[in-house]
Amino acid sequence: MNGEPATTGRQFVIEREHFDQLFELLARKGYRVVGPRIRDGAIVYDQVNSAADLPAGWTEEQEGGKYRLKRREDEALFGYAVGPHSWKKFLHPPNVRLWQAMRKEGSLEVQEEKQEVPKTAFIGARSCELHAIAVQDRVFMNGPYLDTSYRLRRDSVFIVAVNCGCAGGTCFCVSMNTGPKATSGFDLVLTEALEEGRHYFVAESGTETGAAVLAELSQRPAEDREIRSAEEVVARTAGQMGRTMDVSDIKGLLYANYEHPRWDNVAARCLTCGNCTSVCPTCFCTTVEDVTDLSGQKAERWQKWDSCFTMDFSYIHGGSVRSTPKARYRQWMTHKLATWIDQFGTSGCVGCGRCITWCPVAIDITEEVRAIRESDFRRTKRDRHGDTGTDSG
Amino acid sequence: MPSAHPMVPLPCSVRRIQRETHDTFSVELSPGHEFPFVAGQFNMLYWFGVGEVAISISGDPTKPGRLTHTIRSVGSVTQGLQKLKPGDVLGVRGPFGKGWPVETAAGGDLMFVAGGVGLAPLRPAIYYVLANRKRYGRVVLLYGARTPADILYKQELERWRARFDLQVHVTVDHGTGGWQGRVGVVTSLISKPDFDPGSTTVMICGPEVMMRFTEAELEKRELPPQNIYISVERNMKCALGLCGHCQFGPTFICKDGPVFPYESLRRFLAIREV
Amino acid sequence: METLERIVAEHPFAKGLKDRDVKLMVGCASNVRFDAGETIFREGEEAKQFYLLRQGRVALEMFAAPRGPITIMTLEDGEVLGWSWLFPPYRWKFDARALELTRAIALDAECLRNKCEQDHDLGYELLKRFALMIEQRLQATRFQLLNVYA
Repeated sequence: MNGEPATTGRQFVIEREHFDQLFELLARKGYRVVGPRIRDGAIVYDQVNSAADLPAGWTEEQEGGKYRLKRREDEALFGYAVGPHSWKKFLHPPNVRLWQAMRKEGSLEVQEEKQEVPKTAFIGARSCELHAIAVQDRVFMNGPYLDTSYRLRRDSVFIVAVNCGCAGGTCFCVSMNTGPKATSGFDLVLTEALEEGRHYFVAESGTETGAAVLAELSQRPAEDREIRSAEEVVARTAGQMGRTMDVSDIKGLLYANYEHPRWDNVAARCLTCGNCTSVCPTCFCTTVEDVTDLSGQKAERWQKWDSCFTMDFSYIHGGSVRSTPKARYRQWMTHKLATWIDQFGTSGCVGCGRCITWCPVAIDITEEVRAIRESDFRRTKRDRHGDTGTDSG
Repeated sequence: MPSAHPMVPLPCSVRRIQRETHDTFSVELSPGHEFPFVAGQFNMLYWFGVGEVAISISGDPTKPGRLTHTIRSVGSVTQGLQKLKPGDVLGVRGPFGKGWPVETAAGGDLMFVAGGVGLAPLRPAIYYVLANRKRYGRVVLLYGARTPADILYKQELERWRARFDLQVHVTVDHGTGGWQGRVGVVTSLISKPDFDPGSTTVMICGPEVMMRFTEAELEKRELPPQNIYISVERNMKCALGLCGHCQFGPTFICKDGPVFPYESLRRFLAIREV
Repeated sequence: METLERIVAEHPFAKGLKDRDVKLMVGCASNVRFDAGETIFREGEEAKQFYLLRQGRVALEMFAAPRGPITIMTLEDGEVLGWSWLFPPYRWKFDARALELTRAIALDAECLRNKCEQDHDLGYELLKRFALMIEQRLQATRFQLLNVYA
């Protein structure tokens, strides 16, 4: 079946026993292949050499502040939702050296870092994650200044997406209109199907590069029955969402509720640990650290992930602008769901649920939105005024 | 020519250091070539082994061969910069941000209101307006400092005061050391000058509280709020709109500002800890 | 009287006052001048006047040993000096000193208080102006307290 033209938009079937070819092929084409594997009791993204490295037969239980691996009854390779990692760590790494400087007798020589970026293939990106990548694309590549290092990484990526076969307990991509079916932003997309003893993937290419890869794999055109099965997998997942969020006029809602008492309530629980910002696939904030060597002649600047939950983040002369946990949580959530829309023309939330799962005190962004919406200041303001005198109308 | 890559500092040697007050000094750099900028823009200044800090350009935009910054030593980097001497080399990234609306203000009256070290980011706009004086109506500078010893650019203020085409009013919060000038807050100066509220552009720079009080006083004089511009300070790291630090509501101070129409920030200025 | 009336009427304090009210004020008014350094009044003295400043600059001071005189604020042409005449026991709370040659219209306190008691329309107009002035000075004092340039 090799050599059959695999054009964009047509669907093909790859049997499970041929799936290893994908890894071999990508490696042969010079890609570093990264994908899901189990480490330290979680499914993380790291180098994978073959399908054997994938978390076959594992899924996870996710709830607010809770994540636990669990055996599946089958040997699905992608039978989980999302773990603590996202692809952000490859496209927007936690530590990047920006430049090195040398001091020589009163002069200063600054050398821009030449970024070494390997061609990388992502195996198993979910729809919410593709949306997250698209969000970061807007942040780093659509403003007045381009993040050249991000651009370089972004241009070196081959993405194999997987339509979700199950939803996690904290997932709400359906509310955010970001899943569970991948519709764009991939080179190849797979739907994993397990039925009546069969285990196969329905595959479709999204780019010419993807089509070329697909053409080199052992595949055949999918039958209607198989396409229907794949569609059922996604439909089933869409019906399993652990969370929902009403996003109607969410920008207006949050802009009008900066002084809502709910912020005090959530601040009393929030530890300002910044876990949510680390696991969030769209959180992009960084700081820089300048380090000098012992001789004092050589310095380096490193760009590092930062979090709006730290005091330093908003520090100006005299102290932090956001000195209270309330202000910092409000900044994070209002940015994610409201000001982001004004900044980048899209929400900063893709409904992956990681911030809920990985919050040590189980703060739930969907619950916080619900609480604010239930007593929206715009609606309740009138009720807070007491009796009025007869002459004041 | 700004550096090839906006994240990489361009080495510039220090030509001159001018002490302005007990805690404030100006650094004149030689960029080695023309360094065009717009009044109100800022640079990121890096000193080897000390760190990087955002500083407004305080020099004359009509003389782009010189690059001047006025620095108040309050943080760890600015305190380190106090030790600078001629011949030292600083790394410069910039210029960044949107400046004062000196072009759109032409044709009408103009009022500058400065508080403390806030006079520094306004000075390039004053230079620009004086260099193009015919294009403006009445021009007024209102300046408030903490004490007489905190007044920036004293000699320059005297020279400006002597001009017939610029009204200068200076006040201090605390009159000390035989000060014979005005004692009172900068907002108390707003009732002084004659201007035509409808055609006056006001540019304010100082602490946020001062800018809020100033706006309230201007409202009493029936100046339309859409004529008011302010310059806002926030933590800056990248200056490119990529690092997220300088967010203020939906804006990034570094790329959307630091100069903003007051109206566009009004609602956020009223909220604590935005 | 003609010129005094015009001077009072043109002072910002009188902006919007009816001619009738200006005339009533002028009945209590007199022209005064103070040389640079001259004391206008002292803390504790009876507040027999207030002043519409026409020219010059006046410092409101408080003497606090051992620091000496501390200038609370300065007032200039177009501004009003003194409101202690309005409230019992009618005593000045600060010293006032001309920093340069200062010209002003002095308004006799007892004269004006009596007119205000008899003519509440005039009293209301004056009180509105003093209330606004007190509000502005209070705001300025609060702003000063913030020490925003520190």
